[in-house]
Amino acid sequence: MDHKELAKAYWKKNLTYVGVLLFIWFMASYGAGILFVDYLDNFTLGGFPLGFWFAQQGSMYIFIIVIAAYMVLMNKLDKEYGFDEQD
Amino acid sequence: MDPILLWTIIIVGASFALYIGIAIWSRAGSTSEFYVAGGSVPPLANGMATAADWMSAASFISMAGLIAFMGRDGSVYLMGWTGGYVLLALLLAPYLRKFGKFTVPDFVGDRYYSSTARLVAVICAVFISFVYVAGQMRGVGIVFSRFLNVEVELGVVIGMIIVFFYAVFGGMKGITYTQVAQYCVLIFAYLVPAIFISLLLTGNVIPQIGFGSTMLGSEQSILERLDGLSTEFGFDAYTSGALAQIDVFFITLALMVGTAGLPHVIVRFFTVPKVRDARKSALYALIFIVLLYATAPAIAAFARVNLFETINNVQYEEVPDWFKTWENTGLIVFDDKNEDGIIQYRADETINELHIDRDIIVLANPEIADLPAWVIGLVAAGGVAAALSTAAGLLLVISTSVAHDLVKRELAPEISDKKELMIARIAAGFAVIIAGYFGINPPGFVAQTVAFAFGLAAASFFPAIMLGIFYKRMNKEGAIAGMVAGLVITTAYIVYFTFIRTDLNNLENWWFGISPQGFGTVGMLVNFIVAIVVSKFTAPPPMEIQNLVENIRIPRELTDDESK
Repeated sequence: MDHKELAKAYWKKNLTYVGVLLFIWFMASYGAGILFVDYLDNFTLGGFPLGFWFAQQGSMYIFIIVIAAYMVLMNKLDKEYGFDEQD
Repeated sequence: MDPILLWTIIIVGASFALYIGIAIWSRAGSTSEFYVAGGSVPPLANGMATAADWMSAASFISMAGLIAFMGRDGSVYLMGWTGGYVLLALLLAPYLRKFGKFTVPDFVGDRYYSSTARLVAVICAVFISFVYVAGQMRGVGIVFSRFLNVEVELGVVIGMIIVFFYAVFGGMKGITYTQVAQYCVLIFAYLVPAIFISLLLTGNVIPQIGFGSTMLGSEQSILERLDGLSTEFGFDAYTSGALAQIDVFFITLALMVGTAGLPHVIVRFFTVPKVRDARKSALYALIFIVLLYATAPAIAAFARVNLFETINNVQYEEVPDWFKTWENTGLIVFDDKNEDGIIQYRADETINELHIDRDIIVLANPEIADLPAWVIGLVAAGGVAAALSTAAGLLLVISTSVAHDLVKRELAPEISDKKELMIARIAAGFAVIIAGYFGINPPGFVAQTVAFAFGLAAASFFPAIMLGIFYKRMNKEGAIAGMVAGLVITTAYIVYFTFIRTDLNNLENWWFGISPQGFGTVGMLVNFIVAIVVSKFTAPPPMEIQNLVENIRIPRELTDDESK
């Protein structure tokens, strides 16, 4: 593949990652912490009503995992397509 | 001398000596060092600096108190002020690093090949930063006055001198390394009392787990106890929400997108050497931020239980010492309506006798839990660190916007690097003075203006930058129309409800039940829609701009040899 095609394929994969990860981001906060919070409160986790836990704790931990996953995936993708920066 | 005062002077004094030492060590020699620390900050340090930059006096002093009185609805701040980092890390930071210039207006101006776009961006950046910085200087003054018994005005002036030192001489380089130190001070100051209190109440060292566990000497968990006490005295149950779901949704989104669009946060990702460092420092930044943000709701729950248990239905004569100390500052007011000498803390305002300022939750926490004097000094130093670090980041945005975006890029492109650096320093100096003025003479609407700053950032920068990266076809006509439309509608809505017709500022009159605080989300959507529609009817951007977009999407270009 030439540079242009490589860049296109790289970008497409990047968009897939971003889409999937933003879906998780949305479900953790707007889903579990806001839209379904009352339903989830029927369950408990470590003394917390589950919805309350997502709203005040869990969503933030999932945000960290989402960014970490993106970092790992993209570093791998950079290498795969040869776009990783040299030191 | 009073041991609390002595410890406060020692700890605050030592932290100031450290900041000034760093300022002298990290003097900036070029505009690149002044604007982006020469692009050479390691990701770990940048993560800490971003966290300190981001967490303001509001995060440190006010947030836990807000949550204590809002219960579950306090999650709008927790999720809203952290979730924006996901948007930054996935949608903006790596590409802005690759773009590789100095400021946000730089990107907007170059990407949309337009002086008008750059000018709109400069005005937004300066306005957002000034609005925000006024509150920070005020925060410094308040901490000084409460802990060191000096006038608020003198406290503001001391804060101005310290910031002046490292912002004017060190620029971004000085700011970055002082922010690293300030992060360490503020996180230590926040966690120590939280851990102590968690141990006292639940026997659990980790506050994040502690506020879900059982109270010592009781069968109930903290949250059950809190729900029970809240409903008993007429408040909403702590773990259920009172705000409308649509409003919670829109406020959270406005805060997230606003976070991702704030220029002083975005610019931190210009300071790292590589694209992959930008991703990594976003991760570090969020970890460092969540360390404080996940602790805040625990402090909130502990403090609310403490309030109910130690001062509700208690004889005024028998209240603990801290109650009287903070009564003197006016942050706690007891008004014995039924004249029985007993403090009744109730939801019903006609019989409630206790008024508690939300700021007291963090500031008085160590005293309420009876912690040693040095912990109180530490909290004072932490509050000052949080306010100063944010103020410095904002002042730098103002200074670069004037010196770089306005003078160098528009008015006098031929000036030398040395001269530009001098203008940047003078601009930073003036910005410090103006910010100090607003700190001493605060406009009466500081609280509302912060929501305004977030709304504007959400309605202007975020869509413009995101479309600039993800939508190659976006042209200057679309971007400018989008930014102007988003700004106008957001400004109109917020100004109307919070400044002109404050009497109408309630659920009945809001559009679709969306409060001014959440309206930035609508502004953002309007920006996106207008930008895309207008761009469809106007010419595509020139070829070199489309190439620029392709370039920023990949971390580096391949050489001719490699791409064969």
